Amino acid sequence: MVKNIKLIAVLFLVILSFFIFLKGLNKTNNYSPNLNSSNIDFNFKAKFLYSNEKTTLYELINDKDFSLINIWASWCLPCRDEHPYLLNLNSLSKLNIIGINYKDSEVNAKKFIKELGNPYSKIVVDPSGVNSIELGAYGVPETILINNKTKTILKKYIGPLDDKKLAELKMIIKNEN
Amino acid sequence: MKIKILVLTIFYLISSFNLSYAANSEKVDQISKNLRCLICQGQSVYDSQSDFALSMKILIQNKIDEGKNDEQIYDFLKNKYGEWIVYDPEINKNTVLLWVLPLILFVFGGILIFRKVSIK
Repeated sequence: MVKNIKLIAVLFLVILSFFIFLKGLNKTNNYSPNLNSSNIDFNFKAKFLYSNEKTTLYELINDKDFSLINIWASWCLPCRDEHPYLLNLNSLSKLNIIGINYKDSEVNAKKFIKELGNPYSKIVVDPSGVNSIELGAYGVPETILINNKTKTILKKYIGPLDDKKLAELKMIIKNEN
Repeated sequence: MKIKILVLTIFYLISSFNLSYAANSEKVDQISKNLRCLICQGQSVYDSQSDFALSMKILIQNKIDEGKNDEQIYDFLKNKYGEWIVYDPEINKNTVLLWVLPLILFVFGGILIFRKVSIK
């Protein structure tokens, strides 16, 4: 009887761990938070890069149908790579691109824009990184697509944009209306 | 005498200011130890020196200065980053096994020991 219990226990544990690991195999280990409209705090305060005025996210996202919030920094190499994609997206008339300059010096940030072009309608600075955390962001680069009317997050990309993400973004913007 | 009192008062003010400041930072440490650094998984926000963790500590300090309590700060961050950010998972559908399994094993082990002892 004791032997039986031991055998059953071992067997039970082996089977259990097998299924736990099997389930774990298909899971990505990069955790990303759920997209939830309550996750965005539209009252966040930030200063503009090209002036000393302060603004809120409410004021930043206004006229157009969609807003694309892009968190970038001049010291971030992948940001350099994704910049042409942002310039490409800038041609969409429905889209308003907002830049958040993350933990950067203003001189370097302005140099970056001057060198690579400005896809943003407005740029705000986030020297301490606190604003980005209030947006639920991880770091740079990160891109969040917002529907301006419903104030919801439609899509969020952690990491630089690429051809696939660009196509996907265009698809979403095209199909939403 | 008057100078002595003045010096003591100034000293007292400075030290009390320092103490209150230290108390706040300790609070930040305490909270950040319970937070998972999401971009350097395996480390807590307290341990990490990544940009994300550094900003997080500033944010926690700001929230404390605003008068928010621990619970409100955790809730705020959970709302932004999900349940995963805290090291203390709530009991729900996904974590029930995590919470119950040690209990099951404990009871099972107890039964095994009990059987062994009673047979002898």
